[in-house]
This record gives sequence, structure tokens and C-alpha cells, in this order.
Amino acid sequence: MSVGIRIQDLRKVYHTPPPMAARGAPLLPVGGRSRDKKKFEVVALDGVSLEVQPGEIFGLLGPNGAGKSTTVGILTTRSRPTSGQAWVGEYDVWNSRQQLAVKRLIGVVAQRPNLDYSLTAREILLFHGAYFGLGSAVCLKRAQELIEQFKLTEHADRMPLGFSGGLMQRLSIARAMMHDPEVLFLDEPSAGLDPQTRLLLWELVREYNRRGKTILLTTHNMEEADEVCHRIAIIDHGRIIALGNPKELKTSIAGAYLLRLRFSCTSPEFLRSLESLPGVREVRGADGGTDVYADRGGALIPEIVNMAAASQVEIHDVNISEPSLENFFLHHTGRSLRE
Amino acid sequence: MNGQTFMALLGRDVRVARRNFVRVVVLNLLQPMLFVFVFGQIMTRSGLMADSYKSLLLPGIIAISMVMSGIQAVAMPLIAEFQFTREIEDRLLAPINVRWLAVEKVVAGMVQAMVAGLVVIPTGWLMMSPGVDLSFRTPISFLLIALLVALFSSAGGLLLGCSVGQTEIGLMFSLVLAPLISFGCAYYPWSALKSFPILQKVVLLNPLVYASEGLRGSLVPQFPHLPVAVAMGALALIDLLILALGLIQFQKKAVS
Repeated sequence: MSVGIRIQDLRKVYHTPPPMAARGAPLLPVGGRSRDKKKFEVVALDGVSLEVQPGEIFGLLGPNGAGKSTTVGILTTRSRPTSGQAWVGEYDVWNSRQQLAVKRLIGVVAQRPNLDYSLTAREILLFHGAYFGLGSAVCLKRAQELIEQFKLTEHADRMPLGFSGGLMQRLSIARAMMHDPEVLFLDEPSAGLDPQTRLLLWELVREYNRRGKTILLTTHNMEEADEVCHRIAIIDHGRIIALGNPKELKTSIAGAYLLRLRFSCTSPEFLRSLESLPGVREVRGADGGTDVYADRGGALIPEIVNMAAASQVEIHDVNISEPSLENFFLHHTGRSLRE
Repeated sequence: MNGQTFMALLGRDVRVARRNFVRVVVLNLLQPMLFVFVFGQIMTRSGLMADSYKSLLLPGIIAISMVMSGIQAVAMPLIAEFQFTREIEDRLLAPINVRWLAVEKVVAGMVQAMVAGLVVIPTGWLMMSPGVDLSFRTPISFLLIALLVALFSSAGGLLLGCSVGQTEIGLMFSLVLAPLISFGCAYYPWSALKSFPILQKVVLLNPLVYASEGLRGSLVPQFPHLPVAVAMGALALIDLLILALGLIQFQKKAVS
């Protein structure tokens, strides 16, 4: 049976510097009056509510310091919310009587590697299984399966200290799956990975999800959110600014398509007539070319071609960029996700 | 409590200790051995110290060895695991209340401290013989004192490990451990402080005093020492206090 996640009005205020995992962008204490220097206060989450459906891959997308890791920290029993509630399945994460049930349901891959450097890769899996009460025969079998699935065979009996970032990440994910949790949390799973490892990781995540497991991942990589997640929440400054499936979000803003055109010559009249085409939101002269922001992409091209022919203007180049989450974030915050 | 998880956590520490066996032995044995050699052989054979000093010294060396090994076994890994390697995070997510993880660390530290203490007895005795006069007539009180000392060292390790920053490890040794050992009546009996009346009162705040004096009372009762019952009572109180503080600190570190 798949298990969902629900959080309601979650607020988290740090009075001491937050743990490294939740420390993204430089945090400036609010208030700012010099007299209050001693009073450290950072609002990491400011009333976040959302629901992740059972069996869904859900992404929290946002820039560093947006509150993604703090949300994961609260859901995974590592960070106590200042106010609000969080449930995994039917269990209240911060009800001390229900917390153990939550721990049994979840698997966590932290943002930074936190492997047990005193054990070999295989022992890391075996002991993790043992912490969750798996019998030794089950542990051995499951560890071997994961080692093969995650292509760790030749490293299985080595200590992880000398592992590359990709290897460590694979081992971390294998460990999180060792007790077969219903909900898997992945905090920035592909940060610092090479493209090949990233693709492998996405495939492993999808495969796990196909078994009915719920996955919550955080990322500041739009491609990842777009490729892997069924639904995403875009989070900034501790608040959710949008929620939906990636395609819906991308097309929800006016003028999400960008057509970069190059003409033989342009005149103000020609640009004005371009702007009058149905679906065109904005026309801007860009260096050597013309940028058209529109609600439609390729469908607009025949009309532009006709209009150019009528005005005796030749089209030299056309480049259509699809709506992207980057455009979406820019539209809502005025900042780029990468900043 | 979840017994299965607790035993698995303990099993992990046993595996790691076994893997680092040589290092652990060197860490726990070298310092007391050097000390035993300098004071028990060089100083006594050269006539700078009386032969009887050997017997007086051994319980103190046991106390220091136990305290150091417990602190090393618990505090040092905790400092690294919470602040640097984050290795502990996986165990914090195990299906058991995080307080039990702290208790598990204390138990593992106690085992290490007991082994360190018990190993020093025959080694020290061999290295300093002849002339070491130990009495084993009160094995139960010896064992009780040893357990209380082990708990003190291990719970102290928990408290220090969860309170000291990575950059303050050096400071921890010079500000906490050095005075603890120097004024812990390990190298001299408490009664030897009678010409320093204020100091003699102040050192009663030092748990190592009760450890050294308690071990002295049960191993070499021929020398002056604090009553064993007093040492036990004081150690038990101090242990409870330090353990409680250690658990609170651990909880603070574990959940932000």
C-alpha cells in the first residue's frame, strides 16, 4: 500500500545557525537593527502546506536556501518544526508516540554524503538492514541485490572513504532502499554528479517508484524536476509560490514560448505588425535579431512567414524555445533559479 | 525500546572496534605503560621514590586509563560524526528513539573503558614487579567501583562529544582533561593534599578523585584512602548527573 505525505502550515525559525544541510544561500538574520545583534533569527519555512499523493514522485524545486532541506528535515524527524504539522501516511511525524512508525516508513538520502566510513560498502547495507530489524539472511540477499542493481559489485567490500561522488551517492541511495521504505526522500540527489550517473540515478528512482513507492526529492535543477517528477512545488524564501505538474506550470504563464528570429531587415512598422499577431505577447529587438514572447510556439511560424513575405522581409533564422521552469521561476520571482 | 535495533547499533560499534583493534590497544595501553615504566621502574629503582609507590600508583593509572579510554571511545567519534563526517545520521534514522542511540554509545564506551582498566592491571603488575602488592579481597566492591568509573568516563565522553566543537578538541584536552588528571589524586592519595587545605576541598568536585580513591580502597587498602562507600556514592551521583546532561546535549545535537 502506498503512503502519502501531508504538511500543514509548517513554520521553522532557527535561532541558532541551521545545520549544514539546511544552509543554502547566505542567511541574513531578520530584524537587522544593530541593537539586536545577539538575537539570531532565520525564518526557513514560513507557513508551508502541501500534500504528496501516495505513489507519486514529487519535487521541491527552488534556489539554495529556499527551505527545501528544512522541509525534508522536518519530515524525516531530524528537525523540529516551530509550528505546524507533518504526516507521513497516517502518522504524525512530531508526535513522539508515532515517530517510530514514521521512521520505519521512510528512507532518506541526505544532501551531503553521510556514509559510515568505518564500514565497507556491503557492511553499510547490512548494518542498515539490521537497524531496521531485518534478519541476517534477508539482509545478505537484499544487500547483494542492491549492490548489483546499483553497479557496486567491484566496490562492495571496500571502505567508502576513497569513493567518487557518484559512487557514494549510489551507495547512499542503495542504503536508503535497504529496508524497502514506502517513502523515499532524496535531498538534492544529483548535485555534483556527472550526466551519466545522473541518468542512472533517475532511472533507479523511476524504477523504485514503479513499485508503488512515494518519492519526494528536492532539487534546484529544472531539468531534473521536469524529467523525473510527476508534480512539483516551487519554493522560495520558505513559501510555496506554485504547485502543479511541470507542464502545466510551464505553460501557465503568458508568453511562455520564446521565438528568436533573424530577419534580413526590420522596420518599426514590421515589428508592430508582428506584435498584433494573435498569441504574441511581446516583441523585443535583441542583438541582431528579434525576440517574440508568445503563447504559441511553432504554430505561429506560418503566420510570421506570410507576414514577412508580404512586407518583403526575408527570414534568415528561427529558434523556438519551449516554455521552461526557468522562465516560470523568473516570471514569478524576477530572479533566475541559478542565482 | 527496540531491542533488536539496539543490539544492531551495538554490533556496529563492536565491528568497528574489532577492525581498529590494534589502534584501540595502542591508544589505551601505550600511555599507561609508559607511565608505569617511568614511575614504577625508573623512579623507584633509582631510589628517587620508595618501592611502595608502585602499589599506590597502579590504581591511579587504572583510573586514568579508564577515563581516557571512555572519553576517547565516545567523545572523539561523536565530535567527528556529528560535525564532520555525519556518519551518525543513518543511525539517528534507525527506528529507535535517538536517546537510545546515546545510551548505546555509553554502553559501548563502558565496555571499552572496562577492558582498558582490566588490561592495565596485569600489564602494570608485570611491568612493575616485584613489589606490587594488590589485594583482591573485595572483588565486588572493586567491580562496582570499576563499573561506576567506566560509566563516568563514557557518559563524560557523551557530554563532551556533544558539547565540544571540532576546533575545540585541543582545548578540551588542555582545559578539561589535563586539570582533571592532575588534580584527580591519581598519582598521589587524597590525604597527601593535607598541606593544601583549600585545594584538598576543591578537588572533591573532581570525579577522578573518587575514581582513584575508590580503586585504591578496593585494590590497595593498606594506603590511606577515602571510604569506598563514599567514593561509590559520589561517583553514582556524578554519573547520573553527567549522563542526564549528556543525553540532553545529544538530543540537542540530534534534532535541530
